[in-house]
Amino acid sequence: MAKITYRHPNGTETVVDVPVPNTVMRGAKINNIDGIEAQCGGSAQCGTCHVYIDEANALPLPAMHESEDDVLYGTAAPRRATSRLSCQLPVSEEIDGLVVHLPETQS
Amino acid sequence: MAAPSVVVIGAGQAGSDTAAALRSQGFGGRITLVGAEGVPPYQRPPLSKQFLAGARSVADLALRPASFHTERDIEFVGRDPAVRLDRNGNRVTLASGRTLGYQHLVLAVGARARRLPVPGARLDGVLTLRTLTDAGRLRDRMRDTGRLLVIGGGFVGLEVAATARAAGLAVTVVEFGPRLLARAVSGAMSAHLLAEHRAHGVRVLLSREVTALHGDGAGRVCEAELDGGERIAADLVVVGIGALPDVGLAAEAGLAVGDGILVDGHLRTSDPAVYAIGDCARFPSPHTGRPLRLESVQNASDQARCVAAALCGTPRPYAALPWFWTEQYGLRLQIAGIGTGHDRVVTLGDPGAGRFSLLCFRGNRLLATESVNRPADHMITRRLMGAGAPLPTPREAAAPGFGFKAFQEAAAV
Repeated sequence: MAKITYRHPNGTETVVDVPVPNTVMRGAKINNIDGIEAQCGGSAQCGTCHVYIDEANALPLPAMHESEDDVLYGTAAPRRATSRLSCQLPVSEEIDGLVVHLPETQS
Repeated sequence: MAAPSVVVIGAGQAGSDTAAALRSQGFGGRITLVGAEGVPPYQRPPLSKQFLAGARSVADLALRPASFHTERDIEFVGRDPAVRLDRNGNRVTLASGRTLGYQHLVLAVGARARRLPVPGARLDGVLTLRTLTDAGRLRDRMRDTGRLLVIGGGFVGLEVAATARAAGLAVTVVEFGPRLLARAVSGAMSAHLLAEHRAHGVRVLLSREVTALHGDGAGRVCEAELDGGERIAADLVVVGIGALPDVGLAAEAGLAVGDGILVDGHLRTSDPAVYAIGDCARFPSPHTGRPLRLESVQNASDQARCVAAALCGTPRPYAALPWFWTEQYGLRLQIAGIGTGHDRVVTLGDPGAGRFSLLCFRGNRLLATESVNRPADHMITRRLMGAGAPLPTPREAAAPGFGFKAFQEAAAV
């Protein structure tokens, strides 16, 4: 279980406990959080589960795979240094307290 | 005055996304989502892939959590298909006899698998794949089957062939047309997929027709007969020869239908209180200049949001860029745009290494990019086409050193 905060573009946030195993994308889906579409179901194809990792975050996230990096070239909201695909971020106790920002749009 | 009400008929991707988008876009009235199946809305793409392979369970397929409908005050009615539409009375009648009044109706009724019109098509062991029930049945049958015959070389047929082959079955694919995925990809991509399937040990027969299926005496399929008389032994047959849009309800109610329920640029049927979206709808596309009917998650989902916006008072014409994907043997094919009518193809990357894109042009205009394991080409094409930004010409794309990443940076989109 890890506590994950999804911050919406309007400044509100939703804090949920996400069970392991899951991804940060699934954590949003199973908790009815708007703002993550994940049209491809979590296979790093569509770029519609884009999130920005909070800049204050110092948690150990997995390195970006080349295909994730490639998909991030086409996200609907601008890509930033903190951009990730939430379907490629596994939930573990180690990322307890993670804060992600949801982009204005996913498609 | 009563709160406005929307009834959505069909609880697939399009219907479920409509209900969800209405609430997230602020719709405050009544929403009723009506489905023919007994389960809440689920994802369809994994049915022929991970679910069939046993790598994902039914629970993994749910589009939304169980609490979704109650939390968002959406009434979900399962296992009760709509059977009659009374447009004068603004009422839909369900199979159970229940009637639902509406101010706005969204038809997201989908499509059903085409049946094979040959003798023996109703034998035990002849299956189609469209629903979770179909997929469960096929998955069970694959466990005690050695020889699978797939009829049809489209997305469903090829994905089933790849999954079955990976599970160790002997697989034959019979395609009526001269190439695989003919309606969806270029000739060069068809050839690449053909080589891929053959390299994995699938027997693929092109330009061949199954003329009859024969049973074993106990009513179970055991053999297929082809044009020319050849016989192929098979204890399981999957028919993947396309889908027919479910236009019955709409046609009986006097709505305009063709190959699909006909809608305008705002996805309205010939009755302004009734919309049609997803697999069942034929709509004018700004990307092709002619009416299209698309069976894809992207189309279902984007049309759902478009209709929800209209019902929330912010109508906009439907203009989303079509895109598709398929996965077979770890080969990930992604298609952005509609390549029909292209007259030249530029290749990026190395098909021999399994990482390449085919750019399909008509004259100087890029119609579609077909990418195999090159997601950046796919994503950047989608982004540029979707934004109406300049795209590479064939000459630019064919120049040595051309890359979509640099092209996008230079375009500053």
